[in-house]
Amino acid sequence: MLIRRAERAARRGTLVGALGAESGGMDRRAFLRRSGLTAGALAAIGTLPVSGVRNAEAGPPPKPGIPVETRKSICTHCSVGCTVTAEVQNGVWLGQEPSWDSPINRGSHCSKGASVRELVRGERRLKYPTKLVDGKWVRISWDQAIGEIGDKLMAIRDKSGPDSVYWLGSAKFSNEAAYLFRKFAAFWGTNNADHQARICHSTTVAGVSNTWGYGAMTNSYNDIRNAKTLVIMGGNPAEAHPVSLQHLLEGKELNRANFIVIDPRMTRTAAHATDYVRIRPGTDIPVLWGMLWHIFQNGWEDKEFIRQRVYGIDEIRQEVAKWPPDEVERVSGIPGEQLKRIAEKFAKEKPATLIWAMGQTQHTVGTANVRASCIALLVTGNVGGFGNGANIFRGHDNVQGATDVGLDGSTLPFYYGLDEGAWRHWCRVWDVDYDWVQSRFASKQLMETAGVTSTRWFDATLMAKDQIDQPDNLRAMMVFGHAGSTITRMPEAKRGIEALDLLVVVDTVPTTWAVLSDRKNDVYLLPSGTQFESSGTRSASNRSLQWYDQIVKPIFEAKEDYEVIYLLAGKFGFAEQLFKHIKVENGVPSSEDLLREINRGSWSTGYTGQSPERLKLHRDHQKDFDLVTLRASDGPCKGEYYGLPWPCWGTPELKHPGTPTLYNTSLHVKDGGGTFRARFGVERNGVTLLAEGSYSAGSEIRDGYPEFTMAVLKKLGWDKDLTPQELAVIAKVGGNNTDAVAWSTDLSGGIQRVAIEHGCVPCGNGKARAVAWNLPDPVPVHREPIYSPRVDLVGKYPTLPDAKQFRVPNIGFTVQKSAVDRGVAKQFPLILSTGRFVDHEGGGEETRSNRWLAELRQDMYIEISPADALERGIKDGAWVWVTGAEYASKARMKALVTERVGKGVAWMPYHFAGWFQGVDQRRKYPQGADPFVLGESANTVTTYGYDPVTNMQEPKVTLCQITAA
Amino acid sequence: MARMKFLCDADRCIECNACATACKNENEVPWGLNRRRVVTINDGKPGERSVSMACMHCTDAPCQAVCPVECIYTTADGVVLHSKDQCIGCGYCFYACPFGAPQYPQVSNFGSRGKMDKCTFCAGGPEVHNSPEEYAKYGANRLAEGKLPLCAEMCSTKSLLAGEGEIVADIYKERVVTRGYGSGAWGWITAYGADTGV
Repeated sequence: MLIRRAERAARRGTLVGALGAESGGMDRRAFLRRSGLTAGALAAIGTLPVSGVRNAEAGPPPKPGIPVETRKSICTHCSVGCTVTAEVQNGVWLGQEPSWDSPINRGSHCSKGASVRELVRGERRLKYPTKLVDGKWVRISWDQAIGEIGDKLMAIRDKSGPDSVYWLGSAKFSNEAAYLFRKFAAFWGTNNADHQARICHSTTVAGVSNTWGYGAMTNSYNDIRNAKTLVIMGGNPAEAHPVSLQHLLEGKELNRANFIVIDPRMTRTAAHATDYVRIRPGTDIPVLWGMLWHIFQNGWEDKEFIRQRVYGIDEIRQEVAKWPPDEVERVSGIPGEQLKRIAEKFAKEKPATLIWAMGQTQHTVGTANVRASCIALLVTGNVGGFGNGANIFRGHDNVQGATDVGLDGSTLPFYYGLDEGAWRHWCRVWDVDYDWVQSRFASKQLMETAGVTSTRWFDATLMAKDQIDQPDNLRAMMVFGHAGSTITRMPEAKRGIEALDLLVVVDTVPTTWAVLSDRKNDVYLLPSGTQFESSGTRSASNRSLQWYDQIVKPIFEAKEDYEVIYLLAGKFGFAEQLFKHIKVENGVPSSEDLLREINRGSWSTGYTGQSPERLKLHRDHQKDFDLVTLRASDGPCKGEYYGLPWPCWGTPELKHPGTPTLYNTSLHVKDGGGTFRARFGVERNGVTLLAEGSYSAGSEIRDGYPEFTMAVLKKLGWDKDLTPQELAVIAKVGGNNTDAVAWSTDLSGGIQRVAIEHGCVPCGNGKARAVAWNLPDPVPVHREPIYSPRVDLVGKYPTLPDAKQFRVPNIGFTVQKSAVDRGVAKQFPLILSTGRFVDHEGGGEETRSNRWLAELRQDMYIEISPADALERGIKDGAWVWVTGAEYASKARMKALVTERVGKGVAWMPYHFAGWFQGVDQRRKYPQGADPFVLGESANTVTTYGYDPVTNMQEPKVTLCQITAA
Repeated sequence: MARMKFLCDADRCIECNACATACKNENEVPWGLNRRRVVTINDGKPGERSVSMACMHCTDAPCQAVCPVECIYTTADGVVLHSKDQCIGCGYCFYACPFGAPQYPQVSNFGSRGKMDKCTFCAGGPEVHNSPEEYAKYGANRLAEGKLPLCAEMCSTKSLLAGEGEIVADIYKERVVTRGYGSGAWGWITAYGADTGV
């Protein structure tokens, strides 16, 4: 009986039946398209007849008779920028469908992307504003919350000044919200604002921009398909950027490319490598110099590239000469022959790309590490073309964008810095009076001084007042979308939270901030929506901007980020100035208008061409963009690159196509070509800093040239190409010195337009700097981690001397010396490193509250090698105590005995929180908002150590001991 | 007639679990049941490989042969489905299955099993296509809408392939030839027989 019924049903269910006779069933081409297996060539085939709007009876299941809409957003879990396609009915998100048209993800997701629907409706979200009263969470209204928080902040401001309030923003913000947040902090009167880039790629931005102009991924995930050699050093994209592996692995297969992974762990990425090289954590510079030693020794360097486009290579040669194979092996553990083989492939089997993430950046030598990587690319001529470059995989979905828009206490938006000129530029863009903005600050000096970094907020809270360079300690933390478990030295953070007068968390979930301390009062939790409940743009790692729609309205009592900032600005009385040219509808500022304001001011970085209209057109015509080049071959975006990757020069009307590959001289600037930025002057000690004989295709100046200013235009006689309107704006900006108006400050865009008309790049045509004389180590040198297991090497390779940075002392040298003197490495003999696994993101605040993800791995664990486990009598899966080198810290978790880590090395994921030093904190969460999965935080046992340039923390190398629990 | 098959290209699988959560999302599979999971061999060692596993919808399904109430059947597309109304939760299919596909919700504290649950190839069950009843018992019926299982459609590296057996086999063969290596389509011969080699 049953079988017959099933067969009847089955016949209806065949594909031919579903598609109808006319469509001819699912033929091979349609099938391939749905399988996402082919490139853009098949994009022209129409969609399947039943796709798009779901049949009204389809389910989980939608109600009949009500239309089901399809809306597009971007995944919020990493910087790859996967399009999320949502099916919505009646304001309810019913399902996710593959986003076939996106050239970035072609339908694919990882576990996190495939589960984002649950983020929005998650039952463990923070549902309404709540405050802590005598240790109990009490529900309050938004009005009451904003009123009370505002009054408390004003009281702190009156007594201690605006710098005593810290504004910690988020890489989860849209570009518009991150920009607004930075502007808000400025109007509040402080540079004490930051976001996750500090602990992510701050050192990349500093190191890379100091080398060749811009601190960003030079190429794109898609372009890696062109590479013949991929070196992944300090990254595990198979877990951190899974969809990028689609491009990496397909490229590897099609080109039969070398796929080389250099890492202390044999990662899931390394499982697909053609070569895997295990190094001791913290020895990146010796390894890179070791590679260059072979390259120089054998003459494999690209001499012509160096001659034309690189400054200071001789000083590099001197440093590299100190790293012959035996010294490299002594320090890093890599045999010379293995490194020679890698070096030869990197130098000779071109194009070669160097890919990195937090493995290089999260070190006291992070800035120097990434500079050494850039230098390795420069020496081999592997930058500025297709298939090569520094492919820096950013972390969060909008950490690139939030960095660009300046949610960073050391600069105004778009890297203008903090000097008076920068403030005046932004005051012109904001259309506010410079003197009024200055009056908001405690002093002009503090207005022009970089703020405390997110890694040091608790030091600025706990230290004696006379040790910090601002009038008073930090007294209030305003935390908008930042995990509480991703910053090192958590025992100090706990004390810091307890010392504050006020802690406010604005997030979708309560976060670790809410439960870490033993506070009883003055903690407020305000529910904000996810980005799926908002709209705007986010910048993927490849610098493409993508517009995303609001899929559903904020659920429960959550509000969009824009609205929360608007409410606070209203309370403080500067909403009118803050939103002077931004429409506010029903209390929600317009993301389109915010982007237009960004367009009007971001000349230095080329966020000027990406108007909301152009980006929405890209969203609607994704299928026209090529998989490899990212260029549209057809449709209204023809000739443009997907997402108008910055720099997208000039005004939107100029229709610049975006820059898919930075510094690529083989293209005309109008086609996305470029040159190294002439950012560091024209000469130094009589040696030119401008390119020699190298220029982008079609350039009328066939040599290096400086940044474009009005003076340069006049000298070239090109100033007469400016329109009267442009000249009027330039006159207004320049006042009595119009010659000084530059490509980056001309609000008309005229200087950029004219330069581009003549085939020139507005930011000049300079050499990349192998020697960055303004950094603490102009030539990168190896320095042992603060807590090094190799005390024998600390004397020869010590960390930098103590200094004051970002308003607080950095006493790394003292700590390193004391650790050696006290014999810490004997007591804590294992190197401890931390990192990510695929199912969670960041501190796991969101993902541990997502039941589909939380279920996948439910226990915090530490990886330990079989040899180390045997010595300690530890069995796989058993409970262990991990003890750290500071504050007598300890953490209880399970042991994962694996050869993934080498002997002497242990590794922990940093996604867990909710346990502290063995004690479950679940009772401390507001009822019903506790994450599904809790565990010890890796950062409970991490230690001191800060990069001198950015105060990046050092969670990648410290010391620990493990004992059976 | 189309004959639906799964193939996981172990040289592409990165154990990202997209397939597992896509399945949860599409079919609202509750906590504790996993219709699809990723298995890794040689974890952390050279030669580490991962394979995404679920019901393979075998040609001559052993679960079907052992089911005492004959609730398991093969559709004309070659998809192996079952009737939860008929299932008695005996667990024979679990022992017969070479892939560990059948799952059982825990319904009491005394170890008794609920109705068997497994991957449906996103093809629902014996109820009316895409009806609320079908969704509640079996989850989505994408096949009836002309779509393939979401796990394969969303696979991060296009490792997991689903669809008409011959096309899937062709794609895999083409890949192996292009790249010059292939560690085999794990489970393919067990599920579909030696004469359908890839």
